[in-house]
Amino acid sequence: MRRVVIPAVAVVIAVGLLALLAFGVSAQGTNSSIDASVARGDYPQAPNYHLRLPILGASGTESLADFRGKVVVMNVFASWCQPCQAEAPILEQEQQRIVKNNATILGVTYLDNSSASEAFVQQNHITYPVIRDVNGNLVRGFGTTGVPETFVINRQGQIVALRRYQLAGDWLQQTVARVLDEHS
Amino acid sequence: MSRITHRIRTARRSGFAPLAMLMASIALALAPAAWATTKPRASLTDIENDVMCTACREPLAVANSPEAESERNYIRGLIAQGLTKAQIEQNLVAQYGEAVLGKPPASGVNLTIYILPPAVLAVGIATLAVTLPRWRRRTRAAASQPSGALPPPLDPADAARLEHELSNFRG
Repeated sequence: MRRVVIPAVAVVIAVGLLALLAFGVSAQGTNSSIDASVARGDYPQAPNYHLRLPILGASGTESLADFRGKVVVMNVFASWCQPCQAEAPILEQEQQRIVKNNATILGVTYLDNSSASEAFVQQNHITYPVIRDVNGNLVRGFGTTGVPETFVINRQGQIVALRRYQLAGDWLQQTVARVLDEHS
Repeated sequence: MSRITHRIRTARRSGFAPLAMLMASIALALAPAAWATTKPRASLTDIENDVMCTACREPLAVANSPEAESERNYIRGLIAQGLTKAQIEQNLVAQYGEAVLGKPPASGVNLTIYILPPAVLAVGIATLAVTLPRWRRRTRAAASQPSGALPPPLDPADAARLEHELSNFRG
C-alpha cells in the first residue's frame, strides 16, 4: 500500500504544477477569437459592455452601455505611443464629422498615467470622451495586448470592424460611414 | 514675507533703504528655491528594480522603450514631490494597475507563488526525513546479515547433475 501512496502523491503534485503552468501560459496568451468572428461577418457583442471606468480628467465613470444606440469608435491609446500620436488628429477630425450623426469616438487610455494622458488630450485638442482602463479590465476582453487598437461598435453594441495597429483616415471614414448607413 | 516688508520699511526710515532693498531682493530670490527643493526620499534606481514596465512586461530597470521612459518620467516627478518608495508604488498601482509591481500582492491566484515554493520544499524535506532513515535501516540490516549465509538447497535433479559435473572435473 505504501509503495503506491508515495508515487501517487508525487504524480498528483506534478500534475497540479503542470496544470498551474498551463493556466499561467494560457492567461498570458492572445485572444484572437474576436478578429476571426469579425472577419467571418459574425459580429460579436462588445465584451465588458457594462463595465464602468473612470473618465479622464473628471470625476465620474462611463461604460460602453452609456453609448447604446450610438455608433462608437473605441480607440485604445497611450500618450507615449508614437502611432497613437499620429492617429489623434485623424480621430478628432472624424469626431467633428460624425458627432452630429449619433456616433462618437471613445478614447480608452491603457498602460499610461493620467497626467500624461491628460497632457496628450490637451496637446491634440481632443474633444471626444476619454476613459481610463488602469487594469486593462475592459480592453482585455477585446484581446488587446498593446496600443493603438481601434474597434468600431454598431448601435446594437456589436463589434463590426477593428484595427490592431495604426489606423488610416480612409479606413476610418469608410468604415464609420458604412456602419452609419446600415441603420439610417 | 511680512517680516521682509517690515524690515524694508524700518530700513527706509533709518536711511538704509538701498542696502535693505538689496538684501530683500536676495532673500526673495533664494526663498522660492529653498521651498522648491524637497529632499527626495526615494531613488529611481531603487524603485526601477521593484516595478515593471507594464507594456513591455519586463522589469523597468532593464526596459528601454517609450512606455518605460514615460513611466520613469512619472516616477521622477513623484520623487521630486518627496514621496517615499511605498507611496510611489501605491501611486503607480493607481495609475498602471497591480501589474506594475514586480512582486504581486499576496492575494487571490497570486497566493500560489508565495505558498507553492515553500510547500514543495516542505514536502521534499518531509519525504527525505521519512525515506532516508528507512534506507539507512535497510542498508544496515543488509550489512549485518552474515555474508556466508547458505543459499536455498538444490532440488535432487540439479544436485545429481552438479555432482556428475564435479566428478567429471575431478577426473
